[in-house]
Amino acid sequence: MESAGHYDVIILGGGPAGLTAAIYLSRARLKTLLLTEGTPGGQMTLTHEIANYPGIEKINGYMLGSVMRKQATSYGAVVKGNTEISSFNLNGPVKRITTASGETYTAESVILATGGRSRTLGVRGEDTFKGRGISYCATCDGDFFTGKEIVVVGGGNSALEEAVSLTKYATRVTVVHQFDHFQAFQYAVDEAKANPKISFMMSSTIAGFYGGEKLEGVKIKNLVTGEETDFRTDGVFIFIGYVPNTGWLKGLVEMNEKDEIIASSDMATSIEGVFSAGDANAKRYRQVTTAVADGTVAALAAAEYLHSQKRKQTEMVPA
Amino acid sequence: MLYTNLNHVESAQQLEKIISENENVMVCCGRMGPMCIPVYGIMEELEPLYSHVRFYDMEFDNPEAHVIRNAPLTRGFMGLPYTVYYRNGKMVKATSSIQNMSQVKAVLDSEFGKPNA
Repeated sequence: MESAGHYDVIILGGGPAGLTAAIYLSRARLKTLLLTEGTPGGQMTLTHEIANYPGIEKINGYMLGSVMRKQATSYGAVVKGNTEISSFNLNGPVKRITTASGETYTAESVILATGGRSRTLGVRGEDTFKGRGISYCATCDGDFFTGKEIVVVGGGNSALEEAVSLTKYATRVTVVHQFDHFQAFQYAVDEAKANPKISFMMSSTIAGFYGGEKLEGVKIKNLVTGEETDFRTDGVFIFIGYVPNTGWLKGLVEMNEKDEIIASSDMATSIEGVFSAGDANAKRYRQVTTAVADGTVAALAAAEYLHSQKRKQTEMVPA
Repeated sequence: MLYTNLNHVESAQQLEKIISENENVMVCCGRMGPMCIPVYGIMEELEPLYSHVRFYDMEFDNPEAHVIRNAPLTRGFMGLPYTVYYRNGKMVKATSSIQNMSQVKAVLDSEFGKPNA
């Protein structure tokens, strides 16, 4: 199949890791293509306010992503959003990526920056009541629940911080968490516990959702006793972490038991010429800043890889 | 104000005119929020491909958007954006909350037909 375009590097994923890599590579005058299945900006666009990105006092995630995209394209990177990948071949000196619309792109190096997505509960009724009482974004949908009683699922920083922010609208917030302790930082736990509108159901999980035109209640299962109870509620906000977008890489790139990509300190994967950056990598901390750092390292390592490949080719040419 | 490259609907009267003059119309009614922006982006990508469909956005907090907020098909919706589809002047489909490219294309194809190759 004829290539729709040959690039030095193709980046798969348009979050902060991928966009940073695109900025560095295109600024180094390497021909760079970034393909992303969603909107450039990635999960960052779901964040209403980022207040810990050094050098910027406060910015919303969408704006930060837009600026990063603008920087990348201003240096010559080609950024294609909402592009689904249908097939690929990452082995060998020339990597090949085919999109669902039938275009095939080739490159000497690929950076995987596929990030993660919100984890869903995967229980009965979750799809039916999404947007009809179930939400994954407090900033977006909080005001629909003004004067109502709601449930927040999760025990990490996002869950507890959003539970507190939702008390601006809801009369009562019940936090349902599967463990008997929280994973969140102590400040977030203290703030949630100090809020009189918030109560907690520990060692419990949501077993199902029910309702008619919209959500009317949930089945809550106590994980210690196994007992299931009906809990009437108008809304449920789910904040139970992220899963890496690496399903399509299984068996190709070395991954850990959580399907996170194992990359070296210079972001190299188990395939020569393929690097990986951002939240899809096996690591402990996932922040915009860590993704940006990964993207930088992956871009510099990919550039060095390309130079070394060119040197090898030059050396092979007989005098 | 929605900062998108889509055409904007500013009033109920304008919407009425658009759906009476065009056979197939898709309107995304939302804010500049994280669940809405990806849908606007998808619409911008699809607009040149679906020449038989007119794509618009409308600000959710515009009082004139009551025609979408209070439509029978959006009753029970509690997630932005409200994305609505009109055929021959009648709302035939509505979705609530974020949708991905495949979900939007599936609705467009089933309600309005696939684009010509």
